[in-house]
Amino acid sequence: MAKKLMKGNEAIGEAAIQAGCRNYFAYPITPQSEVAEYLSRRMPEVQGHFVQAESELGAANMVFGAAATGELVFTTSSSPGVSLMSETISYIAGAQLPAVFVNIVRGGPGLGGILPAQSDYFQATKGGGHGDYRLLVLAPATVQEAVDLTMLAFQLAFKYRNPVMILGDGMIGQMMEPVEFKPPPPAADLPSVETWATTGAKGRKCNIAHSLFLDPEALEKNNHVLAAKYKVWQKDEIRFATYNLDNNPRLLIVAYGTMARICSTAIDELKQKGVEVGLIRPITLYPFPAAAILQHAKKIGKVISVEMSMGQMVEDVQAAVGHDIHVGFFGRAGGIIPSPDEVVQALEAELRA
Amino acid sequence: MQNEVMFAGFGGQGIMLIGQMLAYAGMGEGKNVVWIPSYGPEMRGGTAYCTVVVSDKDIGSPIIDRPESIAVLNRPSLDKFHTRVRGNGLLIINTSLIDATTDRSDIDVLNVPANQIAMEAGTGKAANMCVLGAYVGRTKAVTLESLRGLVRYQFKSKPQFIDVNLRVLEKGYELGEQLATKNN
Repeated sequence: MAKKLMKGNEAIGEAAIQAGCRNYFAYPITPQSEVAEYLSRRMPEVQGHFVQAESELGAANMVFGAAATGELVFTTSSSPGVSLMSETISYIAGAQLPAVFVNIVRGGPGLGGILPAQSDYFQATKGGGHGDYRLLVLAPATVQEAVDLTMLAFQLAFKYRNPVMILGDGMIGQMMEPVEFKPPPPAADLPSVETWATTGAKGRKCNIAHSLFLDPEALEKNNHVLAAKYKVWQKDEIRFATYNLDNNPRLLIVAYGTMARICSTAIDELKQKGVEVGLIRPITLYPFPAAAILQHAKKIGKVISVEMSMGQMVEDVQAAVGHDIHVGFFGRAGGIIPSPDEVVQALEAELRA
Repeated sequence: MQNEVMFAGFGGQGIMLIGQMLAYAGMGEGKNVVWIPSYGPEMRGGTAYCTVVVSDKDIGSPIIDRPESIAVLNRPSLDKFHTRVRGNGLLIINTSLIDATTDRSDIDVLNVPANQIAMEAGTGKAANMCVLGAYVGRTKAVTLESLRGLVRYQFKSKPQFIDVNLRVLEKGYELGEQLATKNN
Protein backbone atom coordinates (compact mmCIF):
# COMPACT_ATOMS: atom_id res chain seq x y z
CA MET A 1 0.00 0.00 0.00
CA ALA A 2 1.28 3.52 -0.83
CA LYS A 3 2.54 5.74 1.94
CA LYS A 4 0.31 8.50 3.26
CA LEU A 5 1.31 11.62 5.13
CA MET A 6 -0.71 11.58 8.34
CA LYS A 7 -0.90 13.27 11.69
CA GLY A 8 -0.16 10.83 14.52
CA ASN A 9 -3.63 11.21 16.02
CA GLU A 10 -5.37 10.47 12.72
CA ALA A 11 -3.00 7.60 11.98
CA ILE A 12 -3.86 5.99 15.34
CA GLY A 13 -7.56 6.26 14.48
CA GLU A 14 -7.05 4.69 11.07
CA ALA A 15 -4.82 1.95 12.52
CA ALA A 16 -7.60 0.93 14.91
CA ILE A 17 -10.02 0.66 12.00
CA GLN A 18 -7.52 -1.35 9.94
CA ALA A 19 -7.06 -3.63 12.95
CA GLY A 20 -10.78 -4.40 12.79
CA CYS A 21 -11.99 -2.17 15.62
CA ARG A 22 -15.48 -0.78 15.06
CA ASN A 23 -16.13 0.67 18.52
CA TYR A 24 -14.72 3.97 19.71
CA PHE A 25 -16.01 5.91 22.71
CA ALA A 26 -14.25 9.09 23.72
CA TYR A 27 -14.31 12.57 25.13
CA PRO A 28 -12.18 15.29 23.47
CA ILE A 29 -9.08 16.74 25.11
CA THR A 30 -5.97 18.46 23.68
CA PRO A 31 -3.57 17.21 22.31
CA GLN A 32 -5.46 14.20 20.93
CA SER A 33 -8.87 15.53 19.87
CA GLU A 34 -8.04 14.83 16.20
CA VAL A 35 -8.53 11.10 16.87
CA ALA A 36 -12.19 11.75 17.66
CA GLU A 37 -12.50 14.26 14.83
CA TYR A 38 -11.09 11.72 12.38
CA LEU A 39 -13.17 8.79 13.63
CA SER A 40 -16.39 10.82 13.77
CA ARG A 41 -16.07 10.88 9.98
CA ARG A 42 -14.39 7.52 9.40
CA MET A 43 -16.33 5.16 11.72
CA PRO A 44 -19.67 5.61 9.90
CA GLU A 45 -17.91 4.75 6.60
CA VAL A 46 -17.10 1.29 7.95
CA GLN A 47 -20.44 0.85 9.78
CA GLY A 48 -18.64 1.32 13.09
CA HIS A 49 -19.75 3.04 16.27
CA PHE A 50 -18.45 6.29 17.64
CA VAL A 51 -20.06 7.83 20.69
CA GLN A 52 -18.79 11.12 22.03
CA ALA A 53 -19.40 10.43 25.68
CA GLU A 54 -20.55 12.92 28.29
CA SER A 55 -17.24 12.56 30.14
CA GLU A 56 -14.13 10.37 30.33
CA LEU A 57 -15.90 8.23 32.94
CA GLY A 58 -18.72 7.64 30.50
CA ALA A 59 -16.32 6.81 27.67
CA ALA A 60 -14.28 4.37 29.76
CA ASN A 61 -17.39 2.54 30.98
CA MET A 62 -18.72 2.26 27.44
CA VAL A 63 -15.37 0.63 26.62
CA PHE A 64 -15.90 -1.73 29.59
CA GLY A 65 -19.35 -2.68 28.31
CA ALA A 66 -18.26 -3.28 24.72
CA ALA A 67 -15.20 -5.24 25.86
CA ALA A 68 -17.44 -7.53 27.93
CA THR A 69 -19.23 -8.57 24.74
CA GLY A 70 -15.96 -9.63 23.09
CA GLU A 71 -15.86 -6.70 20.63
CA LEU A 72 -12.69 -4.86 19.63
CA VAL A 73 -12.97 -1.50 21.39
CA PHE A 74 -10.72 1.43 22.19
CA THR A 75 -10.63 4.96 23.50
CA THR A 76 -8.16 7.81 23.42
CA SER A 77 -7.49 10.61 25.85
CA SER A 78 -4.77 12.72 27.40
CA SER A 79 -3.38 12.78 30.90
CA PRO A 80 -6.15 14.34 33.04
CA GLY A 81 -8.71 12.35 31.05
CA VAL A 82 -6.80 9.12 31.63
CA SER A 83 -6.80 9.83 35.37
CA LEU A 84 -10.59 9.94 35.18
CA MET A 85 -10.63 6.63 33.28
CA SER A 86 -8.27 4.88 35.67
CA GLU A 87 -10.94 3.49 37.97
CA THR A 88 -12.54 1.70 35.02
CA ILE A 89 -9.19 0.49 33.69
CA SER A 90 -8.70 -1.28 37.01
CA TYR A 91 -12.17 -2.87 36.71
CA ILE A 92 -11.44 -4.02 33.13
CA ALA A 93 -8.12 -5.52 34.23
CA GLY A 94 -9.85 -7.25 37.16
CA ALA A 95 -12.58 -8.62 34.88
CA GLN A 96 -9.90 -9.78 32.38
CA LEU A 97 -11.32 -8.04 29.34
CA PRO A 98 -9.47 -6.85 26.22
CA ALA A 99 -9.44 -3.10 25.52
CA VAL A 100 -7.03 -0.53 24.14
CA PHE A 101 -6.43 2.83 25.82
CA VAL A 102 -4.37 5.53 24.11
CA ASN A 103 -2.82 8.28 26.22
CA ILE A 104 -1.33 11.18 24.25
CA VAL A 105 0.46 12.68 27.21
CA ARG A 106 0.51 16.36 28.18
CA GLY A 107 2.30 18.01 31.09
CA GLY A 108 0.92 17.70 34.61
CA PRO A 109 0.09 17.29 37.46
CA GLY A 110 -3.49 18.47 37.62
CA LEU A 111 -4.77 20.13 34.49
CA GLY A 112 -1.13 21.00 33.79
CA GLY A 113 -0.68 22.28 30.25
CA ILE A 114 -1.40 21.09 26.73
CA LEU A 115 2.16 20.59 25.48
CA PRO A 116 3.98 17.23 25.13
CA ALA A 117 5.33 15.39 28.16
CA GLN A 118 6.23 11.92 29.44
CA SER A 119 5.05 12.52 32.97
CA ASP A 120 2.44 9.73 32.96
CA TYR A 121 5.04 6.94 33.02
CA PHE A 122 4.25 6.08 36.64
CA GLN A 123 0.52 6.15 35.99
CA ALA A 124 0.80 3.86 32.98
CA THR A 125 3.34 1.36 34.32
CA LYS A 126 2.63 1.28 38.06
CA GLY A 127 -1.13 1.40 38.24
CA GLY A 128 -3.11 4.60 37.96
CA GLY A 129 -6.11 2.67 39.13
CA HIS A 130 -6.21 0.57 42.31
CA GLY A 131 -5.42 -3.05 42.97
CA ASP A 132 -2.89 -5.62 41.81
CA TYR A 133 -3.04 -5.12 38.06
CA ARG A 134 -0.73 -4.27 35.19
CA LEU A 135 -1.15 -2.78 31.76
CA LEU A 136 0.93 -3.77 28.78
CA VAL A 137 2.33 -0.34 27.84
CA LEU A 138 3.58 0.42 24.32
CA ALA A 139 5.52 3.62 23.55
CA PRO A 140 5.82 4.67 19.88
CA ALA A 141 8.61 6.99 18.67
CA THR A 142 7.34 7.66 15.15
CA VAL A 143 3.92 7.96 13.53
CA GLN A 144 4.60 4.68 11.69
CA GLU A 145 5.33 2.98 14.98
CA ALA A 146 2.15 4.48 16.46
CA VAL A 147 0.26 2.74 13.65
CA ASP A 148 2.06 -0.58 14.05
CA LEU A 149 1.74 -0.61 17.85
CA THR A 150 -1.95 0.36 17.75
CA MET A 151 -2.62 -2.65 15.54
CA LEU A 152 -0.49 -4.84 17.78
CA ALA A 153 -2.28 -3.53 20.87
CA PHE A 154 -5.57 -5.17 19.84
CA GLN A 155 -3.83 -8.49 19.24
CA LEU A 156 -2.15 -8.36 22.64
CA ALA A 157 -5.32 -7.23 24.41
CA PHE A 158 -7.17 -10.30 23.11
CA LYS A 159 -4.25 -12.65 23.56
CA TYR A 160 -4.02 -11.80 27.25
CA ARG A 161 -7.56 -10.52 27.91
CA ASN A 162 -6.06 -7.43 29.43
CA PRO A 163 -6.15 -3.69 28.76
CA VAL A 164 -3.22 -2.45 26.67
CA MET A 165 -2.08 1.17 26.73
CA ILE A 166 -0.41 3.18 23.98
CA LEU A 167 1.64 5.88 25.71
CA GLY A 168 2.64 8.62 23.26
CA ASP A 169 3.75 12.13 24.10
CA GLY A 170 1.82 15.04 22.56
CA MET A 171 4.33 15.34 19.74
CA ILE A 172 3.51 11.82 18.49
CA GLY A 173 -0.12 12.91 18.19
CA GLN A 174 0.54 16.26 16.54
CA MET A 175 3.27 15.62 14.01
CA MET A 176 2.79 14.36 10.45
CA GLU A 177 4.98 11.64 8.98
CA PRO A 178 4.61 9.17 6.12
CA VAL A 179 2.82 6.00 7.19
CA GLU A 180 2.01 2.70 5.61
CA PHE A 181 -0.79 0.44 6.82
CA LYS A 182 0.40 -3.12 6.66
CA PRO A 183 -2.38 -5.69 6.50
CA PRO A 184 -3.16 -6.82 10.06
CA PRO A 185 -3.38 -10.51 10.91
CA PRO A 186 -6.87 -11.73 10.01
CA ALA A 187 -9.47 -11.24 12.73
CA ALA A 188 -9.88 -15.02 12.74
CA ASP A 189 -6.44 -15.12 14.41
CA LEU A 190 -7.90 -13.47 17.50
CA PRO A 191 -8.54 -16.01 20.25
CA SER A 192 -12.11 -17.22 20.62
CA VAL A 193 -14.24 -15.17 23.00
CA GLU A 194 -16.84 -17.88 23.65
CA THR A 195 -15.59 -18.86 27.09
CA TRP A 196 -15.89 -15.37 28.55
CA ALA A 197 -17.82 -12.90 26.38
CA THR A 198 -21.37 -11.94 27.41
CA THR A 199 -23.00 -12.61 24.07
CA GLY A 200 -26.21 -14.31 25.26
CA ALA A 201 -26.20 -17.55 27.22
CA LYS A 202 -28.77 -19.48 25.23
CA GLY A 203 -27.65 -23.09 25.06
CA ARG A 204 -24.48 -22.58 27.07
CA LYS A 205 -23.23 -21.74 30.54
CA CYS A 206 -23.65 -18.11 31.58
CA ASN A 207 -20.54 -15.88 31.19
CA ILE A 208 -20.17 -13.11 33.75
CA ALA A 209 -17.77 -10.16 33.34
CA HIS A 210 -17.01 -8.85 36.79
CA SER A 211 -14.22 -7.76 39.10
CA LEU A 212 -16.04 -8.33 42.42
CA PHE A 213 -14.82 -11.35 44.40
CA LEU A 214 -16.15 -11.12 47.98
CA ASP A 215 -14.67 -14.46 48.91
CA PRO A 216 -10.99 -13.74 49.71
CA GLU A 217 -9.92 -17.16 48.42
CA ALA A 218 -11.60 -16.45 45.09
CA LEU A 219 -10.09 -12.97 44.88
CA GLU A 220 -6.61 -14.24 45.64
CA LYS A 221 -7.11 -16.91 42.99
CA ASN A 222 -7.95 -14.13 40.49
CA ASN A 223 -4.85 -12.22 41.62
CA HIS A 224 -2.76 -15.30 40.87
CA VAL A 225 -4.32 -15.68 37.43
CA LEU A 226 -3.43 -12.08 36.63
CA ALA A 227 0.09 -12.43 38.04
CA ALA A 228 0.66 -15.51 35.89
CA LYS A 229 -0.19 -13.47 32.77
CA TYR A 230 2.18 -10.68 33.75
CA LYS A 231 4.92 -13.27 34.24
CA VAL A 232 4.40 -14.50 30.68
CA TRP A 233 4.80 -10.91 29.43
CA GLN A 234 8.24 -10.75 31.05
CA LYS A 235 9.23 -13.73 28.91
CA ASP A 236 7.36 -13.08 25.64
CA GLU A 237 6.45 -9.43 25.24
CA ILE A 238 9.49 -7.30 26.03
CA ARG A 239 10.31 -5.05 23.08
CA PHE A 240 13.06 -2.48 22.64
CA ALA A 241 15.29 -0.89 20.00
CA THR A 242 18.96 0.08 20.19
CA TYR A 243 21.15 2.75 18.60
CA ASN A 244 24.94 2.93 18.32
CA LEU A 245 25.61 0.19 20.87
CA ASP A 246 28.26 -1.51 18.68
CA ASN A 247 30.93 1.20 18.86
CA ASN A 248 32.08 0.74 22.46
CA PRO A 249 30.02 3.61 23.84
CA ARG A 250 31.18 5.30 27.02
CA LEU A 251 27.66 6.10 28.16
CA LEU A 252 24.32 4.28 27.83
CA ILE A 253 21.17 6.36 27.38
CA VAL A 254 17.76 4.93 28.17
CA ALA A 255 14.99 7.01 26.56
CA TYR A 256 11.65 6.34 24.88
CA GLY A 257 9.23 7.98 22.45
CA THR A 258 10.07 11.40 21.00
CA MET A 259 12.82 11.81 23.60
CA ALA A 260 14.66 8.79 22.18
CA ARG A 261 14.70 10.37 18.72
CA ILE A 262 16.13 13.59 20.10
CA CYS A 263 18.76 11.50 21.89
CA SER A 264 19.67 9.73 18.62
CA THR A 265 20.40 13.14 17.04
CA ALA A 266 22.46 14.08 20.11
CA ILE A 267 24.36 10.79 19.69
CA ASP A 268 25.12 11.70 16.05
CA GLU A 269 26.41 15.12 17.14
CA LEU A 270 28.65 13.60 19.82
CA LYS A 271 29.97 11.05 17.34
CA GLN A 272 31.26 13.95 15.22
CA LYS A 273 33.17 15.11 18.29
CA GLY A 274 34.65 11.62 18.65
CA VAL A 275 32.49 10.62 21.64
CA GLU A 276 30.50 7.39 21.38
CA VAL A 277 27.21 7.12 23.27
CA GLY A 278 24.66 4.28 22.92
CA LEU A 279 20.91 4.14 23.35
CA ILE A 280 18.35 1.59 24.47
CA ARG A 281 14.81 2.65 23.58
CA PRO A 282 12.14 0.67 25.46
CA ILE A 283 9.16 0.06 23.15
CA THR A 284 7.33 -1.79 25.91
CA LEU A 285 7.50 0.36 29.05
CA TYR A 286 5.81 -2.52 30.82
CA PRO A 287 7.15 -5.17 30.63
CA PHE A 288 10.38 -3.19 30.94
CA PRO A 289 13.56 -4.33 29.09
CA ALA A 290 15.49 -4.56 32.35
CA ALA A 291 17.73 -7.49 31.36
CA ALA A 292 18.94 -5.80 28.17
CA ILE A 293 19.66 -2.59 30.05
CA LEU A 294 21.59 -4.48 32.73
CA GLN A 295 23.61 -6.41 30.15
CA HIS A 296 24.77 -3.23 28.36
CA ALA A 297 25.11 -1.18 31.54
CA LYS A 298 27.60 -3.75 32.89
CA LYS A 299 29.74 -3.39 29.77
CA ILE A 300 29.50 0.40 29.51
CA GLY A 301 29.54 1.25 33.22
CA LYS A 302 27.66 4.54 32.98
CA VAL A 303 23.93 5.05 32.42
CA ILE A 304 21.60 8.03 32.07
CA SER A 305 17.82 8.17 31.76
CA VAL A 306 16.61 11.04 29.58
CA GLU A 307 12.93 11.91 29.86
CA MET A 308 10.34 14.63 29.33
CA SER A 309 9.49 14.44 33.04
CA MET A 310 11.08 15.18 36.40
CA GLY A 311 12.40 11.60 36.55
CA GLN A 312 10.11 8.56 36.47
CA MET A 313 11.53 5.82 34.24
CA VAL A 314 14.90 6.49 35.88
CA GLU A 315 13.63 4.49 38.90
CA ASP A 316 13.10 1.41 36.73
CA VAL A 317 16.49 1.90 35.08
CA GLN A 318 18.16 2.09 38.50
CA ALA A 319 16.26 -1.00 39.63
CA ALA A 320 17.39 -2.81 36.46
CA VAL A 321 21.11 -2.12 36.89
CA GLY A 322 21.30 -2.42 40.68
CA HIS A 323 23.08 0.02 42.96
CA ASP A 324 26.65 -0.70 41.89
CA ILE A 325 26.11 1.27 38.68
CA HIS A 326 25.16 4.92 38.94
CA VAL A 327 22.21 6.08 36.87
CA GLY A 328 22.15 9.77 35.98
CA PHE A 329 19.09 11.70 34.91
CA PHE A 330 18.31 14.52 32.56
CA GLY A 331 14.81 15.79 31.93
CA ARG A 332 12.70 18.77 31.01
CA ALA A 333 9.08 19.03 32.08
CA GLY A 334 6.03 21.22 31.79
CA GLY A 335 5.68 20.63 28.05
CA ILE A 336 9.23 21.69 27.19
CA ILE A 337 11.05 19.43 24.75
CA PRO A 338 14.81 19.63 25.13
CA SER A 339 16.77 20.32 21.95
CA PRO A 340 19.46 17.90 20.77
CA ASP A 341 22.10 20.51 21.77
CA GLU A 342 20.71 20.64 25.30
CA VAL A 343 20.85 16.84 25.48
CA VAL A 344 24.44 16.88 24.17
CA GLN A 345 25.40 19.21 27.03
CA ALA A 346 23.67 16.98 29.57
CA LEU A 347 25.44 13.89 28.19
CA GLU A 348 28.82 15.65 28.26
CA ALA A 349 28.21 16.67 31.86
CA GLU A 350 27.32 13.06 32.73
CA LEU A 351 30.50 11.81 31.04
CA ARG A 352 32.58 14.24 33.13
CA ALA A 353 30.82 13.29 36.37
CA MET B 1 21.29 15.69 2.93
CA GLN B 2 18.74 17.16 5.32
CA ASN B 3 16.72 20.35 4.83
CA GLU B 4 14.97 21.99 7.76
CA VAL B 5 12.65 24.95 7.50
CA MET B 6 10.20 26.88 9.62
CA PHE B 7 7.36 28.82 8.02
CA ALA B 8 5.91 31.49 10.30
CA GLY B 9 3.16 34.07 9.93
CA PHE B 10 -0.33 34.72 11.26
CA GLY B 11 -3.32 32.41 11.12
CA GLY B 12 -4.97 32.49 7.68
CA GLN B 13 -1.82 33.06 5.64
CA GLY B 14 -1.64 29.40 4.68
CA ILE B 15 1.45 28.65 6.74
CA MET B 16 0.45 25.11 7.69
CA LEU B 17 -0.54 24.38 4.08
CA ILE B 18 2.80 25.27 2.48
CA GLY B 19 4.59 23.26 5.16
CA GLN B 20 2.41 20.26 4.37
CA MET B 21 2.92 20.73 0.62
CA LEU B 22 6.68 20.67 1.14
CA ALA B 23 6.34 17.50 3.24
CA TYR B 24 4.12 15.82 0.62
CA ALA B 25 6.58 16.79 -2.11
CA GLY B 26 9.49 15.29 -0.17
CA MET B 27 7.53 12.11 0.52
CA GLY B 28 6.62 11.85 -3.16
CA GLU B 29 10.32 11.98 -3.99
CA GLY B 30 10.97 9.05 -1.67
CA LYS B 31 12.51 11.09 1.14
CA ASN B 32 11.84 10.97 4.84
CA VAL B 33 9.77 13.90 6.05
CA VAL B 34 8.24 15.21 9.22
CA TRP B 35 5.84 18.15 9.63
CA ILE B 36 5.19 19.66 13.03
CA PRO B 37 2.66 22.41 13.72
CA SER B 38 2.96 24.95 16.47
CA TYR B 39 0.38 23.96 18.96
CA GLY B 40 -0.26 25.59 22.25
CA PRO B 41 -1.96 28.67 23.58
CA GLU B 42 -1.60 31.52 21.07
CA MET B 43 -2.99 35.03 20.95
CA ARG B 44 -5.27 36.08 18.09
CA GLY B 45 -3.12 37.97 15.58
CA GLY B 46 -0.01 36.32 17.01
CA THR B 47 2.21 33.81 15.28
CA ALA B 48 1.36 30.47 13.69
CA TYR B 49 4.23 28.34 12.52
CA CYS B 50 5.23 24.89 11.40
CA THR B 51 8.54 23.15 10.86
CA VAL B 52 9.34 20.67 8.12
CA VAL B 53 12.30 18.31 7.81
CA VAL B 54 13.07 16.67 4.46
CA SER B 55 15.90 14.16 4.63
CA ASP B 56 17.63 11.38 2.71
CA LYS B 57 18.21 9.49 5.96
CA ASP B 58 16.08 8.55 8.96
CA ILE B 59 15.01 11.65 10.83
CA GLY B 60 16.24 11.60 14.43
CA SER B 61 14.90 14.54 16.35
CA PRO B 62 11.67 15.75 14.74
CA ILE B 63 12.01 18.95 16.76
CA ILE B 64 14.27 21.51 15.14
CA ASP B 65 15.30 24.16 17.63
CA ARG B 66 17.49 26.12 15.20
CA PRO B 67 16.36 25.46 11.62
CA GLU B 68 18.74 26.17 8.77
CA SER B 69 15.98 28.19 7.08
CA ILE B 70 13.12 30.30 8.39
CA ALA B 71 10.55 32.13 6.28
CA VAL B 72 8.65 34.91 8.06
CA LEU B 73 5.42 36.21 6.56
CA ASN B 74 4.54 38.85 9.17
CA ARG B 75 6.32 41.24 11.50
CA PRO B 76 5.74 39.41 14.83
CA SER B 77 7.31 36.30 13.28
CA LEU B 78 10.41 38.22 12.21
CA ASP B 79 10.83 39.63 15.71
CA LYS B 80 10.22 36.27 17.38
CA PHE B 81 12.21 33.95 15.13
CA HIS B 82 15.06 35.73 13.30
CA THR B 83 17.49 34.88 16.10
CA ARG B 84 16.64 31.17 15.73
CA VAL B 85 18.05 30.78 12.19
CA ARG B 86 21.13 28.59 12.41
CA GLY B 87 24.46 30.29 11.60
CA ASN B 88 25.08 30.44 7.81
CA GLY B 89 21.37 29.74 7.38
CA LEU B 90 18.66 31.47 5.38
CA LEU B 91 16.00 33.98 6.41
CA ILE B 92 13.22 34.71 3.94
CA ILE B 93 11.37 37.95 4.67
CA ASN B 94 7.98 38.82 3.20
CA THR B 95 8.77 42.48 2.56
CA SER B 96 5.18 43.20 1.50
CA LEU B 97 4.10 43.04 5.12
CA ILE B 98 7.37 43.53 6.99
CA ASP B 99 9.11 46.91 6.93
CA ALA B 100 12.03 45.74 9.04
CA THR B 101 14.91 43.35 8.68
CA THR B 102 17.38 41.47 10.86
CA ASP B 103 20.62 42.82 12.26
CA ARG B 104 22.31 39.44 11.84
CA SER B 105 25.23 39.32 9.44
CA ASP B 106 25.92 35.58 9.75
CA ILE B 107 22.94 34.48 7.66
CA ASP B 108 21.62 34.99 4.14
CA VAL B 109 18.54 37.13 3.79
CA LEU B 110 16.16 36.69 0.91
CA ASN B 111 13.70 39.58 0.55
CA VAL B 112 10.50 38.49 -1.19
CA PRO B 113 7.56 40.89 -1.75
CA ALA B 114 5.20 37.92 -1.59
CA ASN B 115 1.83 39.68 -1.30
CA GLN B 116 2.71 42.12 -4.04
CA ILE B 117 3.75 39.36 -6.42
CA ALA B 118 0.62 37.40 -5.58
CA MET B 119 -1.63 40.41 -6.11
CA GLU B 120 -0.01 41.20 -9.44
CA ALA B 121 -0.70 37.62 -10.47
CA GLY B 122 -4.33 37.94 -9.49
CA THR B 123 -4.84 37.17 -5.79
CA GLY B 124 -3.05 38.26 -2.64
CA LYS B 125 -4.14 35.00 -1.05
CA ALA B 126 -1.39 33.16 -2.94
CA ALA B 127 1.43 34.98 -1.11
CA ASN B 128 2.24 31.74 0.73
CA MET B 129 2.95 30.01 -2.61
CA CYS B 130 5.46 32.72 -3.44
CA VAL B 131 7.31 32.07 -0.18
CA LEU B 132 7.25 28.30 -0.72
CA GLY B 133 8.57 28.79 -4.26
CA ALA B 134 11.33 31.12 -3.07
CA TYR B 135 12.42 28.64 -0.38
CA VAL B 136 12.57 25.73 -2.77
CA GLY B 137 14.18 27.83 -5.53
CA ARG B 138 16.94 28.69 -3.12
CA THR B 139 17.48 25.35 -1.34
CA LYS B 140 16.24 22.80 -3.90
CA ALA B 141 14.88 20.81 -0.95
CA VAL B 142 12.38 19.30 -3.43
CA THR B 143 11.79 19.83 -7.14
CA LEU B 144 9.57 22.52 -8.63
CA GLU B 145 7.77 19.82 -10.55
CA SER B 146 6.70 18.07 -7.32
CA LEU B 147 5.28 21.35 -6.05
CA ARG B 148 3.44 22.02 -9.31
CA GLY B 149 1.77 18.64 -8.97
CA LEU B 150 0.73 19.46 -5.41
CA VAL B 151 -0.77 22.81 -6.40
CA ARG B 152 -2.88 21.00 -9.00
CA TYR B 153 -3.91 18.44 -6.37
CA GLN B 154 -4.56 21.01 -3.65
CA PHE B 155 -6.90 23.09 -5.81
CA LYS B 156 -8.54 20.28 -7.75
CA SER B 157 -11.94 21.22 -6.35
CA LYS B 158 -11.33 24.90 -7.24
CA PRO B 159 -9.61 24.62 -10.63
CA GLN B 160 -9.96 28.34 -11.31
CA PHE B 161 -7.23 28.95 -8.72
CA ILE B 162 -4.68 26.50 -10.14
CA ASP B 163 -3.11 28.78 -12.73
CA VAL B 164 -2.70 31.79 -10.48
CA ASN B 165 -1.15 29.69 -7.72
CA LEU B 166 1.21 28.05 -10.21
CA ARG B 167 2.28 31.46 -11.56
CA VAL B 168 2.99 32.78 -8.06
CA LEU B 169 4.82 29.60 -7.07
CA GLU B 170 7.02 29.80 -10.16
CA LYS B 171 7.68 33.52 -9.71
CA GLY B 172 8.79 32.82 -6.13
CA TYR B 173 10.98 29.98 -7.34
CA GLU B 174 12.72 32.31 -9.81
CA LEU B 175 13.30 34.87 -7.06
CA GLY B 176 14.76 32.19 -4.86
CA GLU B 177 17.18 31.16 -7.58
CA GLN B 178 18.20 34.71 -8.46
CA LEU B 179 17.85 37.03 -5.50
CA ALA B 180 20.63 36.05 -3.15
CA THR B 181 20.86 39.35 -1.33
CA LYS B 182 23.63 39.06 1.24
CA ASN B 183 22.62 41.14 4.21
CA ASN B 184 26.07 42.59 4.92
